[in-house]
Amino acid sequence: MTTDSTADLGLPGLRSGVELVPTLDEGSAPQTGKEFTSDQEVRWCPGCGDYAVLKAVQNFLPDLGLRRENIVFVSGIGCSSRFPYYLDTYGMHSIHGRAPSIATGIATAREDLSVWVVTGDGDALSIGGNHLIHALRRNVNMTILLFNNRIYGLTKGQYSPTSEPGKVTKSTPMGSVDHPFNPVSLALGAEASFVARTIDSDRLHLTSVLSAAAAHRGTSFVEIYQNCPIFNDGAFDAIKSPETKADAIIPLVHGEPIRWSDKALVRDRQGGGVQVVAAAEVADADVLVHDAHAPDPSTAFAISRLTDSGYLNTSPIGIFRQVERATYDDEARAQLETARGAATGDPSQRLAALIGAGDTWTIV
Amino acid sequence: MTQPSKQVKQLDRVIIRFAGDSGDGMQLTGDRFTQESAVFGNDLVTLPNFPAEIRAPQGTLPGVSSFQVHFADHDILTAGDAPDVLVAMNPAALRANLGDLPKGATIIVDTHDFTARNLTKAGYSANPLDGDDLAEFAVHPVDLTGMTVEAVKEFGLSRKDAARAKNMFALGLLSWMYGRPTESTTAFLTKRFAKVPDIRDANITAFKAGWNFGETTEAFVVRYEIKPAPMNAGTYRNITGNLALAYGLIAGGVQSGLPLFLGSYPITPASDILHELSKHKAFGVTTFQAEDEIAGVGAAIGASFAGSLGVTTTSGPGIALKSEAIGLAVMTELPLLVVDVQRGGPSTGLPTKTEQADLLQAMFGRNGEAPVPIIAPQSPGDCFDAALEAARIAITYRTPVMLLSDGYLANGSEPWRIPEVDQLPTIDPAFATHRNHGEGDDAEFWPYERDADTLARPWAIPGTPGLEHRIGGLEKGDGHGNISYDPANHDYMVRTRQAKVDRIADSLPPLAVDDPEGPDGRRARVLVLGWGSTYGPIGAGVRRVRKAGYHVAQAHLRHLNPFPHDLGEVLRRYDKVLVPEMNLGQLSMLLRAKFLVDVVGYNEVRGLPLKAAVLADVIGGLVAEAEGIEVDLTPKENA
Repeated sequence: MTTDSTADLGLPGLRSGVELVPTLDEGSAPQTGKEFTSDQEVRWCPGCGDYAVLKAVQNFLPDLGLRRENIVFVSGIGCSSRFPYYLDTYGMHSIHGRAPSIATGIATAREDLSVWVVTGDGDALSIGGNHLIHALRRNVNMTILLFNNRIYGLTKGQYSPTSEPGKVTKSTPMGSVDHPFNPVSLALGAEASFVARTIDSDRLHLTSVLSAAAAHRGTSFVEIYQNCPIFNDGAFDAIKSPETKADAIIPLVHGEPIRWSDKALVRDRQGGGVQVVAAAEVADADVLVHDAHAPDPSTAFAISRLTDSGYLNTSPIGIFRQVERATYDDEARAQLETARGAATGDPSQRLAALIGAGDTWTIV
Repeated sequence: MTQPSKQVKQLDRVIIRFAGDSGDGMQLTGDRFTQESAVFGNDLVTLPNFPAEIRAPQGTLPGVSSFQVHFADHDILTAGDAPDVLVAMNPAALRANLGDLPKGATIIVDTHDFTARNLTKAGYSANPLDGDDLAEFAVHPVDLTGMTVEAVKEFGLSRKDAARAKNMFALGLLSWMYGRPTESTTAFLTKRFAKVPDIRDANITAFKAGWNFGETTEAFVVRYEIKPAPMNAGTYRNITGNLALAYGLIAGGVQSGLPLFLGSYPITPASDILHELSKHKAFGVTTFQAEDEIAGVGAAIGASFAGSLGVTTTSGPGIALKSEAIGLAVMTELPLLVVDVQRGGPSTGLPTKTEQADLLQAMFGRNGEAPVPIIAPQSPGDCFDAALEAARIAITYRTPVMLLSDGYLANGSEPWRIPEVDQLPTIDPAFATHRNHGEGDDAEFWPYERDADTLARPWAIPGTPGLEHRIGGLEKGDGHGNISYDPANHDYMVRTRQAKVDRIADSLPPLAVDDPEGPDGRRARVLVLGWGSTYGPIGAGVRRVRKAGYHVAQAHLRHLNPFPHDLGEVLRRYDKVLVPEMNLGQLSMLLRAKFLVDVVGYNEVRGLPLKAAVLADVIGGLVAEAEGIEVDLTPKENA
């Protein structure tokens, strides 16, 4: 089954992330965000960025045109992991850090499901770091939404693996001495085939990234900057505030030169990476054109390093990488199909043949 | 083919132990001898014993690998306490195994490896073949390596490659001594080395040369004959526990019509189940080699949620890692099979040795009140039935089920009567298809509305329209399944999950107790109760006591949680209950706690199966105490 209502990858011949998922019957009324809203009361803190993401997802899902019963949301533990309860799809709120492994089982067992993982910086990068990198390496067909608020919210305010060094929290009264992860760099290092970063409050950008992520076949990794108004309020002010955001956001659009404010990105011929320069001092032809489809992730990685590891004054936003690579679940199912095609007889006959093989003897 | 000059002696049973360096191919040699004996029709039980190191330093004691096979003209239950014959391929193999041999045992040694250097490595200051150290044994020093190299020289192999066929020479010699049929080994070697004709021919030639050596040499004057054992009608094959367990899991998939999904991380001694299942994709079996133990069970839970029969296989350390996820399966009430092939613990413990010390981990090793049904197979072939039974319980009751095998069952083998597939039970997954709460347009789907008999909740899989629902690890409200922090609801749900597991006992047959009436019309006052792989040694010990004229009853538990309904009543029927276990008394603790019966434990944690003779003595002592009599277990005649 295919659907034409999904986002266009812009690359002819690529398989869509949802191409095997049943769509709505032709002529049926379009779905609404309300249909995707469960009857459960949403219980995040007032002002939490999770609300914005939930609303965006609820309103975006109808665009996919998929049957609601064929969509599964899986989460781990943390504030963001309550997400599945608020969506009227199939869902599992699992255990801390393990959502990618559970989603791997679901996606591998069933080609006809659209599988989503909702996780946070603690869930995905601390306790579940191993599962995250291995899901990305395998490229299982699913979309991972990592809500990064750079703090532990549900346990009431300890520093997280993305908190800036020196952060004073309940567990680090003299300031954190941990070096933080950059989630995008980590995902690129794990050879993820789709890596993007977006912002909770930018509905338009968030929705466009979700759309591309759903259309991508393989593991789509989306980091969403999300404000925690209780324990880490203002962490993303620089990239959200109208006064500073033009300076703070490095916009990544495939095929476009990377320019923002009065700056531009060029190749650093000596260091091999990329370099921020004053736009006025560089010829148009020398400005780096963003290529999310580059087979080699080195440039994408170099761009990801422009993210501040301390207070977030600068961050590249957009799709860093979007390349085609065989998915684990497709390949595993293909092996099953090959083996099935070579077998004869019904399962009972084959079971009898299997257990009755080898050196046997008969007593009468 | 027997020459008239050779004497033929009848024996009712023999225990042979093949021992050599890890690289000497002793496991293969033992396995081939076993297959020959199985095809011949003897009853048999095997005990492989190998180091955890893949190639421990050559010629040293830690590098010794052995394979013991016990075969008989009658029904036997164990791999035997002490070998009648030891084949030792080097000094270390001799030294490591000598202590297990009874007086008069036969020792066949490969003299080629008894060099000064190898003797030193094994800790011998002088060659034991030269002095009187082995005077109480019948020693046959044979240059197995030298004769092998000579026999295969026409194939132009390097000396090293030629010498590697020495295990087949030894196998040929032993096959001659015990009149084993050789066709299956020749066929096996032809297939195994099909791509390397030189090696194939050298091995077959060495095998035949060993046979011919036995027939022509004057060093061996006696051949032995062990008649086939009478067995129930049927078609048999020899099978290890891990293979039978893998087949049982496949059968669980076929009999339920569900795709089987194994999420697993390699671990000794469970990995062979992963290897085997990975070959059977045509049955719709998916095997996912996960990044760790937790991901293995996580993926299995995900697959179960999606409508597969999720399975995870591991050993004790892996269970420790999976505990939280098993708790999730308890809370979400999804079918899940958790296979624990137990090994010596704690921690990394003894990876290649057997133990049954994970019972309490299986029972209680989770946070909160998290009841999990527990099933244990009693012999290698029984792993098939146990796996199928575990699948039945998991699917019918929507629950994780723990299947406790162990290293002895996993690698040991026995003849297995191949079941008729149409006689196997079928399992109905009974997926939910309709909204189950309320009527008409107002009807809703309630994921925790339970079946009145089993207390199982509906299993609604993604893709089923109208049944969209969310489950998870937070406490569920009764019926509707939404998150609930209500105290009364939590109390109710905890008790309901326990009641669901307890109700499994309603589907179990009464405990089978073997308590034959003696010729004097009396019955036993002592019961021996076991679980898992101790079935063989307990049964053999019980037979010895009965053979000596005393009364003892035996029962063996397949279901450890819940227990069969009548277990308490059975326990109270006897004056003394002996519970032998390869742990420090875990089943004993459960029985005492549940039934207030003062059971007597017999406990060993040596990494090896219990010995029948030891158990017979323990049982004898208890019979003497219970009946106030003297017990003498000295074999009368032919016992």
